[in-house]
Amino acid sequence: MKSANEIAAGHGAPESWLPLMELACREVFEIMLGCNLEPFNAQDPGNPEFTAMVGLAGQLCGVLTLRCMSQSAALMASKMLGVDIQQADEHTWDALGEVCNMIAGNFKNKLTGMGDRCMLSVPTVITGADYSFHSLADAGTLEMKFMFEGVPIAISLEVHT
Amino acid sequence: MNKISALIVDDSSVMRKIVERSLRQAGIDLSEVREASNGAEGLGVLKDCNVDLILCDINMPVMDGIEFLRQLQAVPTAKGVPVVMITTEGSESHVVQALSVGARGYIRKPFTAEQVKEHVIPLLEAKK
Repeated sequence: MKSANEIAAGHGAPESWLPLMELACREVFEIMLGCNLEPFNAQDPGNPEFTAMVGLAGQLCGVLTLRCMSQSAALMASKMLGVDIQQADEHTWDALGEVCNMIAGNFKNKLTGMGDRCMLSVPTVITGADYSFHSLADAGTLEMKFMFEGVPIAISLEVHT
Repeated sequence: MNKISALIVDDSSVMRKIVERSLRQAGIDLSEVREASNGAEGLGVLKDCNVDLILCDINMPVMDGIEFLRQLQAVPTAKGVPVVMITTEGSESHVVQALSVGARGYIRKPFTAEQVKEHVIPLLEAKK
């Protein structure tokens, strides 16, 4: 069984996975939410109040996180369900977790041969912005920021060897 | 096509609603939709009712989709009912595993209503 480092070598360094990550994100938003993600180039994506996380275990270990403000989270639920934001409110956590789950799955399926060798956890969603995130990731972090319907969102993959 | 009843098994309530919407968008006339949040709940639903179609996730707490498929084989009311997996687990081994324990179709998330139609309609036509 190859290690994560060997896989990383086979697919290039984790930084070279960025285009696959970006594609995985864009596909999920286009297909499941009917929205295009736009580039976001500013440094500060605001103060995210929702954090969804999905763990990856196996030959690729790490955690994928999706961070956004409450209005983005509610809008994601609204777009996924095809209802207005008020009606989607109770589904916000679930929707955000599922978006994160689909991005993680879509990404690992794009890494050749990784689908069989990497398992996903069920999603976890945290609300609130006053927390510190400590990851054991030691092989780098892929981070992308997008504009979703005019509001920034951040998606990152912390990779652990 | 006649009205059909479906069981949707997924731990995400949002995903269950999306799957139901996709079935309707695919032109499937649903008489009833039953929902379950894991495989064990799904088996419980099938004790009380018959359905014409089952759509099931794989990664779920309590009982995952593969174990659900295994135990489904012993449920008399589910005999001959097509099961389509809808999941983020898109690897070849997951597909083979699911098909080997009774799944008749496999759709990877993210998915379109068109993909649901392509996988589900032939199964319902064949069941008639």
